[in-house]
Amino acid sequence: MSSEQEKMDVSVWRGDAQSGKFEHFEVPAQESQTILDVVSWIQQNQDPTLSYRYACRVGMCGSCAMMVNGVPRWTCRTHVNKVLDGNKLEVGPLRNLPVIKDLATDMDVFFDKWVAAEGLHHPTKSREEPIEQITSDSAERMEANAGIECINCSICYAACDTVTGNPDYLGPAALQRAWTVYNDAKDADKQVVLDAVSGVGGCLNCHSQGSCSLHCPNDLNPMNAIAGLKRASAASFFRRRR
Amino acid sequence: MLDIRLYMLQRITAMIMAPLTLGHIAVMIYAIQGGLSSAEILGRTQGSVMWFLFYGTFVVAVSVHAAIGLRVIVAETFKMAGFALSVLTWSLCLIFLFMGARAVMAVTML
Repeated sequence: MSSEQEKMDVSVWRGDAQSGKFEHFEVPAQESQTILDVVSWIQQNQDPTLSYRYACRVGMCGSCAMMVNGVPRWTCRTHVNKVLDGNKLEVGPLRNLPVIKDLATDMDVFFDKWVAAEGLHHPTKSREEPIEQITSDSAERMEANAGIECINCSICYAACDTVTGNPDYLGPAALQRAWTVYNDAKDADKQVVLDAVSGVGGCLNCHSQGSCSLHCPNDLNPMNAIAGLKRASAASFFRRRR
Repeated sequence: MLDIRLYMLQRITAMIMAPLTLGHIAVMIYAIQGGLSSAEILGRTQGSVMWFLFYGTFVVAVSVHAAIGLRVIVAETFKMAGFALSVLTWSLCLIFLFMGARAVMAVTML
């Protein structure tokens, strides 16, 4: 790995929403090289027309997720030596999202589903009132905290086979956000959240395969959040019929 | 594809099926201990309101449960949706109900 003469065989997806194919590039291997470094090297040294998306380069912004050797990963925090298959790397656009060009996907669907799942703040107070006091060790707060570090990278959405089978499905990230909001003491409209997540494309479609939790780069557990939403939806179903 | 009504129906029917399945297996193991012929089994089940209700309930629960499960598989695998999916779900439910009811009646009716 350390020799600058060593080259990697990197296949990169080139194309748009209609069609495309993998193109091969020879990229020099370097110490502590990330997948994003590889993609940037190709764009800067071999083909300036290569399109891809990134911003912070330190795993905070959630912009640079791609499929690496068939697995969704945050490319800025994925070291080449962890995923190199022999001498080969395959980098493609995120699964389950429409491709705009090359490695850049259209994430509108993903974020629209956050809104559809009511992953929004429904305030309990006006700005004139004192802020809600939060008990940090309550069970609800701990559930909310568990999902709060989501960086919206869409890796769980790309990993989810239920999204592949059912394009209406809201997906793990949106549902985890809804569960966070549902458990937040500062949120006023729990039933609106439950109604949004228990519809036709909602949490009830999850098969608990767990790819979301397996691939989440921040080690969050969207599957657990979805299980929570299922329990809350079922309880609400009986409550409403009493 | 799965709304709260279908989801709850599938969960509730699963809860009904589980004890009935265990009861069925337990009775089978108990009943065949000394060897048992078809005629002896039918002698106990035919005319029995208890066994009619036991297997009748099971057939209704299975018909609902399996139709909803197959609906999800077909929708995800073949991208079927809307009216066609509803027709398929109801058809499956009625086919299972018919086949199951026929079997239950054959075993429990005199």
